[in-house]
Amino acid sequence: MSLLSQISNWLRLTAEGLCQRWGIPLLFVDLLAWMVAVAVIIGLVLLIVLIFVYLERKVSGYIQTRLGPMRVGPIGIFQTAMDALKLLIKEDIVPRGADKILHTLGPILFFVAAMLGYVVIPWDDKAIIAKYVDLNIGILYVTAVGSVGIIGIIMGGWGSNNKWSLLGAIRSAAQMISYEVPMLLAIICVVMQAESMSLGRIVTGQQGAYLSGWYCWRPWLWLPLILFFIAATAEVNRVPFDIPEAESELVAGYHTEYSGMKFALFFLAEYANVFVVGLIGATLFFGGWLSPLGHPDPLHIPGFFWLMAKAFAIVIFLMWIRWTLPRLRVDQLMALAWKLLLPAGFLAIFIVAVVLLYI
Amino acid sequence: MTTETRTRTEELTINMGPQHPSTHGVLRLVVTLDGERVVQVIPDIGYLHSSMEKIAERLTYQQYLPYADRYDYLNAMGNELAYVMAVEKLLGIEPTPRCQFIRVMMAEMNRIASHLVYFATLGNDVGAVSVFLYCFREREAILDLFEAASGQRLLYHYLRIGGLRNDLPDDFCAGLGHFLSYFPSRIDEYDKLLTKNRIFRSRMEGVGHFSAEDALSYGVTGPCLRGCGTDYDIRRADPYCVYPQLDFTVPTFEECDAMARHLVRQEEMRQSVRILQQCLEMLPEGDVSVKVPRRIKPDPGEAYARVESPRGELGCYIVSDGSEKPYRLHWRAPSFYNLQAYPVMCKDAWVADLVAILGSVDIVLGDVDR
Repeated sequence: MSLLSQISNWLRLTAEGLCQRWGIPLLFVDLLAWMVAVAVIIGLVLLIVLIFVYLERKVSGYIQTRLGPMRVGPIGIFQTAMDALKLLIKEDIVPRGADKILHTLGPILFFVAAMLGYVVIPWDDKAIIAKYVDLNIGILYVTAVGSVGIIGIIMGGWGSNNKWSLLGAIRSAAQMISYEVPMLLAIICVVMQAESMSLGRIVTGQQGAYLSGWYCWRPWLWLPLILFFIAATAEVNRVPFDIPEAESELVAGYHTEYSGMKFALFFLAEYANVFVVGLIGATLFFGGWLSPLGHPDPLHIPGFFWLMAKAFAIVIFLMWIRWTLPRLRVDQLMALAWKLLLPAGFLAIFIVAVVLLYI
Repeated sequence: MTTETRTRTEELTINMGPQHPSTHGVLRLVVTLDGERVVQVIPDIGYLHSSMEKIAERLTYQQYLPYADRYDYLNAMGNELAYVMAVEKLLGIEPTPRCQFIRVMMAEMNRIASHLVYFATLGNDVGAVSVFLYCFREREAILDLFEAASGQRLLYHYLRIGGLRNDLPDDFCAGLGHFLSYFPSRIDEYDKLLTKNRIFRSRMEGVGHFSAEDALSYGVTGPCLRGCGTDYDIRRADPYCVYPQLDFTVPTFEECDAMARHLVRQEEMRQSVRILQQCLEMLPEGDVSVKVPRRIKPDPGEAYARVESPRGELGCYIVSDGSEKPYRLHWRAPSFYNLQAYPVMCKDAWVADLVAILGSVDIVLGDVDR
């Protein structure tokens, strides 16, 4: 990390010097730094997503007594990269009668919304991105931009001029809006515990000997933990809550009519969303970047690594669920959200409040 | 409430298939939806029609046998059995005991293989994708055995009029015994993984309800009928081959829903294992074929033979005019009748139920369209 920050400092000084020589306002340097940061995030996220898709195919392969991708590169590691490349060069088909603007805007909006979530993730105690935007309302921001994605899905589903897409989009909207409520209730519990909405503060609040400080060890936060993961799985449309794109029912849901890069945007953004769930889950309950070996880390392993390890562990757990369970029906899904998770969320808040007040 | 501000809603007509991930082939369903509720379903069949019955009139009795494999491709041995039995009835031939046992073994193995495909596709339809591959792994073992016996993995052409193509290979019985030794524990595994899963049960229980009276009036047979509590199985009602000598139960469930049909099939796999074990013990030595004239020319007349296919009563009706070719051949295909009851089952269903119910009826489109 120190090397990285040296490089960034040097770059910054050089840029500032150039600005002074050429008479460009210094604001430009800040802007440039922001853009570099954004480019780094998007590049990083896309790389993670590619790894993640590969991992999913491998994990599902092992669960299903097969090998998964094996042909492209050693044990198939370049398979997803090649698939992405293939999608890039494929023909982009807009169906007859589709609303072209909405059809194009949908995947872009969905993708951008998925990327925005990464901005506030505290990768490290002094990570570049987090320094700029350790928002004091970080977690609220994540849920807020997360719900913007729904608009992209509805645009895509409506703009496709396909009934299956429309059904998928409507299901998706209903599901994501419903499950946001219990997810926020679960998050509120953590916010009450950490007394801050800043993700950085939530992580530092979990410091303790080894991994004893993590919120997942506090019994009154177990209910929020379970609620968060159920609701978050539904938020990102994965089995058993994948009804918006239930293949055997709705063909492919809202992205039935998408091909080429637009489909890739939906696809990548979906996986990016799943990874956000892993990251946020790790941050909220499993100590974020904190090392389980002690503070500071005795082996000087960067916090980025620990956050990634935790996020991938959560994501693999989600994969395991995905390849095991059947899918709920749409009415059962709604009943679960409003009749079970919502009251449970209020109960969780009540428990946490009582514990924090009196114990 | 003023009429101007009321939201206007319309029913949505949607085309499910013929290219759809869960129509099990090329079935087209014209579905009318009110939101997510199903108002009406009309199955549109015929995409796989290939004149299977007309073709028989142009071919000799032996030449038609490979065609019998091809229409219900998941139950090729059962189709052959029905056809061969009908021709033998016409000719008045009685196959040897060993042949009879081997025919029953093949039919029961094919029943297990077919039910495994049912399990696999149903799992896929309700979203449990992994079950698909587990079931195909087991089916693979059966197909290997079929390949050892007949040289083919899907369309066997193993049964012959008056006997079999050849006797079983030497290691067949050992291989089958090995399969039977581990397969019941695999059924228990799927029971735990899928059948006892709460989500799966909530998807299947109370879904696709239709009464025993409906089932009988639509001519529904097989697991769909036994899922309505009616104890009707050709192996018991009109025994053929060596079934009277075998000890097995015909599972029935009273619930009349998709879950009941699912449980019937699951139990039938266990019963098939029992039948196969008994067959292995009782398998007599001897010839597998009787002498049949090279040119088969049955006396004018008609014959109807029926077997219990994995989907229901499979009948083969042949009219002979005394020539080398059948005058008329008709298949009583169980999937065709079962599919007619599908719209009744889909009353008040959700969109998601459509695929679960279709999966629980377990149609084979080749069987429907012929």
